[in-house]
Amino acid sequence: MNIGITLVVQLIAFAIFVWLTMQYIWPLLLRAMEERRAKIADGLAAAERGKKALADAAAEREQTLAQVRGQAQEILGNANRQAGQIIAAARDAARSEGDRIVEAARAQVDHEIDQAREALRKRVGELAVAGAQAILQSEVDARAHGRVLDELAEQL
Amino acid sequence: MAPEGAHDSGSYVLHHLSNLTLNLQTMRIDEHAQGFWALHLDSTFFSLLLGALFLWLFRRVAVRASIDRPGKLQNAIEIMVEFVDKQTRDLFHQDNKLVAPLALTIFAWVFLMNLMDLIPVDLLPFVAERGLGLPALRVVPSTDVNITFGLSIGVFFLTLAFAMKYKGPVGYLKESLLHPFFVRRGPLIALNLVLVPFNLILRVVEELARPVSLSLRLFGNLFAGELIFVLLAILLAQILSGPAGAVLAAVGILFNIAWAFFHLLVITIQAVVFMVLTVVYLSLASEHH
Repeated sequence: MNIGITLVVQLIAFAIFVWLTMQYIWPLLLRAMEERRAKIADGLAAAERGKKALADAAAEREQTLAQVRGQAQEILGNANRQAGQIIAAARDAARSEGDRIVEAARAQVDHEIDQAREALRKRVGELAVAGAQAILQSEVDARAHGRVLDELAEQL
Repeated sequence: MAPEGAHDSGSYVLHHLSNLTLNLQTMRIDEHAQGFWALHLDSTFFSLLLGALFLWLFRRVAVRASIDRPGKLQNAIEIMVEFVDKQTRDLFHQDNKLVAPLALTIFAWVFLMNLMDLIPVDLLPFVAERGLGLPALRVVPSTDVNITFGLSIGVFFLTLAFAMKYKGPVGYLKESLLHPFFVRRGPLIALNLVLVPFNLILRVVEELARPVSLSLRLFGNLFAGELIFVLLAILLAQILSGPAGAVLAAVGILFNIAWAFFHLLVITIQAVVFMVLTVVYLSLASEHH
């Protein structure tokens, strides 16, 4: 093992190489890595912000949905109440109309019964007159006896 | 070039351990050149080549670095940079823009130099001999003490510079003379005069032991690793000497594969160790005890 000028050459080369690395290599590499680190950190922070915004939006949606659901419930309640009222009103109207119709029919029936009874009475009078004629064998002057006959008819 | 028989195994190994040396005094390629002016062309060439490869590759990736869609190469390099950055932050607490690039350079460069150990031992020397007529070639720079000491002495100078920067010359001197043995108060306070030389000697040993151990650790691991590859290659060469030789060669191949896998760990760990210890030494030099 001979130690000599080779060592000196290596020593000088070592110094130059280290200087070159320090000057032209290390800072560039470190800066690139640092920039990437910063970029990744920014990206993660942005993702975090996005996640938070999403959670906020979901909460807001939930709130709005609850509110809307309440409103719908209210509207539905109102509608039900209103429908009930309308049905009740209609039922009342129908019932009164029915009553009225029944009343009218009953009045008409009474009227017709009265008419029939009147006609019948008249007829019975006439029959009674005819029967009396037949019994008396004579013509009964309708005019002369009309008053009697009418009285008779009244009594029937 | 494989050895022709068992008798020249020794020369085969020795040949693998000799550098392509240029004697700067005579400007001749001389395998046996000794002394200060003997330049190891092969170690220097591969060391500079790999260092330049590291710079070129990392510069390319650094310039084209994409923030949104990094490629596979960029990812790999960023993992390395992140690892080095984390180690440096954990170990070195001052604000200093030299330490991390220094650590990265050491890690990547030492790793690449170690990686040369996984190229089949005879491949590049064979090509160099047949193609370029070079008498010898060692392709793993970190098996050359010159290279590992070149790095560790650089680190040593830096620790001195850091100590001066962060503690000041007075602080450094005070620490060297009054640490670890020091009587703060009481009747024995005069003893400090005797303790100062001990402290100084300990300090010198401590300071010198660091670069020596740093470089010899790397050198020893890689040298041993390469030597084992060379020895396994000798085993492989026995295939020429009959059926028994074939069995030896088969064993050689198996061991070679196993050792290469194991060595993958070794070269990485040695690169990390060199880097981490460098940062630790700089950290020790810049912090008050």
